[in-house]
Amino acid sequence: MSQENEDIYTRIVRDYLKGKREDQLYLAQQLGKWLLSRNISPEEVTDMHANVLEHLGDVPEFIQDSFQILTEIMIEYGNAYRSFDSWRSRHQQLQAEIAIATAMQQTLLPETLPQYPNVDIGMISIPAKEMSGDFYHFLCESKSEFTVAIADITGKGIPAAMCMSMLRYAMDSLGEMKLAPGNMLRHLNSVVERNIDPCMFVTMQFGRYNTAQHVFRYATAGQEPGFLYRARENRFFDLEGCGTALGIAAGSEYEEREIYLEPGDFLILLTDGVTERKIGRYYIQREELVSLLEEETSASAQEMANHLYRRLLLLSQFELPDDYTMIVLRRT
Amino acid sequence: MTGLHSYNITIYSEADIVTARQIGRNLSKNLGFGTIMQSRIATTISELARNIFLYAGHGNVLIEPLEEGERVGLRIIASDSGPGIEDVRKALEDGYSTSGALGAGLPGVKRMMDEFSLESSPGEGTQVVVIKWR
Ligand SMILES: Nc1ncnc2c1ncn2[C@@H]1O[C@H](COP(=O)(O)OP(=O)(O)O)[C@@H](O)[C@H]1O
Ligand SMILES: [Mg+2]
Repeated sequence: MSQENEDIYTRIVRDYLKGKREDQLYLAQQLGKWLLSRNISPEEVTDMHANVLEHLGDVPEFIQDSFQILTEIMIEYGNAYRSFDSWRSRHQQLQAEIAIATAMQQTLLPETLPQYPNVDIGMISIPAKEMSGDFYHFLCESKSEFTVAIADITGKGIPAAMCMSMLRYAMDSLGEMKLAPGNMLRHLNSVVERNIDPCMFVTMQFGRYNTAQHVFRYATAGQEPGFLYRARENRFFDLEGCGTALGIAAGSEYEEREIYLEPGDFLILLTDGVTERKIGRYYIQREELVSLLEEETSASAQEMANHLYRRLLLLSQFELPDDYTMIVLRRT
Repeated sequence: MTGLHSYNITIYSEADIVTARQIGRNLSKNLGFGTIMQSRIATTISELARNIFLYAGHGNVLIEPLEEGERVGLRIIASDSGPGIEDVRKALEDGYSTSGALGAGLPGVKRMMDEFSLESSPGEGTQVVVIKWR
């Protein structure tokens, strides 16, 4: 420990003993910061204090000796303090790895939305943390048909992202076969079931939109139901479906359903990050979500997605505990 | 010459850990280490001897003065024929200690000393050698 530190320390103690003023304690606080910036350990400060006492006068033996105890204890604190640097560099390294993984994950998600006449598509997907467990996928199959998938992988972060890349590659290779929605989920289930940790699973809704007939045929694997809006009745219906989540049981079957959309009707696909929102102390109800959506029925698909996200974020005081994804498909 | 000799302490019980600490503290004082360093050396011996006591049952701690030209130092060799350490890299990682505490155990020892080496093979035992220069 440098003599300089000790001199400053002595002066501060001496002044304080005379003045007992707050500004002197304030100075001591600043000294604390300075010592910390110099990597002075707690046991060194303890030692410095013992030395300073001796400069100030006769120190009773029991006080002098008691510093032995304090030193022993401060060495343990010192060890914790010294390990901080290694924790920090490990943390930085992890952060850097996560940043790379996050960028890689982005490449698994589509950059653009399909473009078809008479169909207006909007989408928003916001991860709660760096890496998202929400997955979505579009595939333009022909002049009149495209498929859409929305999925929620249990858990978040790195395990979810790794599962997502598997899902994406499975969908890419199955995509060429133009499978019916129920079949698609059946195949995906067997891939997921065989390849992921038994405690993980994936919920998904997969559908094919025929833009010539405006028919949406879909199947569901444990996914949170979305909504169907009927313009003529000005009413929202649940976009239900049954089927167990992917990765739970081998050989699961997935029932298909079909919806015919009239002009102005729209579909909303979503993950539970949209519906399971806590506002203050209670969770938002689906009816409340519907009443928020009712105010948006004349907006474009993208505006609808954006507005609802912002309204919900405001209501939950800018907390986003879960990944949030919503897709809007409207027949114009 | 420092004129000081080395000590070999057999570790069987916690009382032996205390003896080793005491000898280390006295020897480091006689070698001219400052008070903080004396305590850090005692802590180091304590940690190594305690690992022997906890994980190997019994073993040895050798504490010896060192002289290399102008340099004066102290070496501690803690050895046992216990189960050894499965994953040495992990054992030297912060946060691996069973207590899970910050800065505890072997990584803490490594940081307090100037030189540190660990040899261990499963089933054959463990040897930790550390040196602190004055
Ligand atoms: N002499 C030894 N023999 C066998 N295993 C040991 C020995 N010393 C340390 N270990 C292993 O290394 C781990 C880390 O040791 P250490 O850093 O001292 O932390 P802690 O003793 O608090 O667990 C111990 O949990 C133990 O498994
Ligand atoms: Mg230990």
